[in-house]
Amino acid sequence: MIKGKKILSPGQIKTLIQQLAHSILSQNKKSNSTLTGTSLALIGIHKRGIPLARRLQTALNQKTKTDIPLGWLDITLYRDDLETIGHVPVVKGTKIEFDLTDKNIILVDDVLFTGRTIRSALDELIDFGRPRSIQLAVLVDRGHRELPIQADYIGQTIETKNNEIVDVKLTETDGVDEVWLGKK
Amino acid sequence: MIKTKIKWSRKHLLGLADLSATEITTILDTAGSFKEVSTRNIKKVPALRGKVVVNMFVEPSTRTKTSFSLAAKRLSADIVDFSSSSSSLVKGESLKDTARNIEAMGVDIVIIRHRAPGAPHLLTKVLDACIINAGDGAHEHPTQGLLDIFTIREKKKKIKGLKVAVVGDILHSRVARSNIWGLTKLGAQVIAVGPSTLIPDEFKELGVKISYNIDEVLPELDVINILRIQMERQNTNLFPSTREYARIFGINSERLKKAKKDVLILHPGPINRGVEITPEVADGKHSAILEQVTNGLAVRMAVLYLVSGVK
Repeated sequence: MIKGKKILSPGQIKTLIQQLAHSILSQNKKSNSTLTGTSLALIGIHKRGIPLARRLQTALNQKTKTDIPLGWLDITLYRDDLETIGHVPVVKGTKIEFDLTDKNIILVDDVLFTGRTIRSALDELIDFGRPRSIQLAVLVDRGHRELPIQADYIGQTIETKNNEIVDVKLTETDGVDEVWLGKK
Repeated sequence: MIKTKIKWSRKHLLGLADLSATEITTILDTAGSFKEVSTRNIKKVPALRGKVVVNMFVEPSTRTKTSFSLAAKRLSADIVDFSSSSSSLVKGESLKDTARNIEAMGVDIVIIRHRAPGAPHLLTKVLDACIINAGDGAHEHPTQGLLDIFTIREKKKKIKGLKVAVVGDILHSRVARSNIWGLTKLGAQVIAVGPSTLIPDEFKELGVKISYNIDEVLPELDVINILRIQMERQNTNLFPSTREYARIFGINSERLKKAKKDVLILHPGPINRGVEITPEVADGKHSAILEQVTNGLAVRMAVLYLVSGVK
């Protein structure tokens, strides 16, 4: 458990997800006037990107009256620090049971930090097919990028120091919807 | 960023006798994730990029060697095949010298099969590389044991409480030993079945029940793991003839009528059709023999991945 201050409440998280869904839809309609939702697909990054992607799916399905496919990625096998982290992280598995080709993929994660997770995710996605586009949606952008990667949709931008921790809690994984900023 | 970590601290995989139930479960769970990789369009992940793996098979093998090669390739490692017949071992070079010379070329993982029990253990003392036992004499064949257990768990959704028979030449079988270690640790009841000449009484010390009559235990079995009758031992008088063996211990469809409806049939291969198993059973609905081969790939990927992560 980390000590710190609460940045987002359950109500705020709910609103942010609705706003993200709205921006995803309007942005994709802008670039494609015939968009019905059928060309969209959501991919959540393990672990908290998955429940976020599920919530976005529910919101987008309601707005588009379609059934948007959902998959998830475990980027462990694509990490650039397997050599240095010592302990081997658990491989939780990837599940993408639809064809990515020509889809507009919305990649979903909880926090955007160094950008290395997203780099790994992009590499892994390309091994599954050739999407028309890959867009990135995150609940929190905390800065400190180490790679040239930016999000297309951001719930909340938070000013942080490099050594601080942004702790996203979601009901599905942690029993509560909250975002905390704190120190180790 | 907070990451989930697991405790895997073994640089070598020498046998299931050394592993705890938790460690076995870790390998099985990891293998489950790796199974998906083989269903992708591009069946390759970069996890072991830049690593060099040597297949050092000093005893013949098709399945295991191919399986390890493919597993290493799917993890993006470079793999070198080494076979005894075309190597300096026939010129009289010792295993230790051969292995050290190979390691001097910058090898990270050595997969070894050798007729001498303990050969992989010897290598751990003379090399810095990770050592994986791919079968050492009649001692252990851990990845075969793991893939058998993986297949059973996938089909039966559990291991604890299952009754598993290992049928055949238990005495000379490393597969039997690895199965016994692994399955009993996970809470299954293992029954060794075969002619009394091929089941030493000492197996009782491993927590195994012994039976010389397959028909007696058949009705209560959840899994039958059928071992190959090693034809090369035919003239050692351990059993009168393969024909008699087939009649008394061979698994055929007539005999299976007395088994549970959902009994699972495994065989590590290569099969002697008509001896320990009839073709209609080997290719029948109870058989998971080919799935074992598919699962073997995932299990070996998991093992390569786990050992290579340990400093």
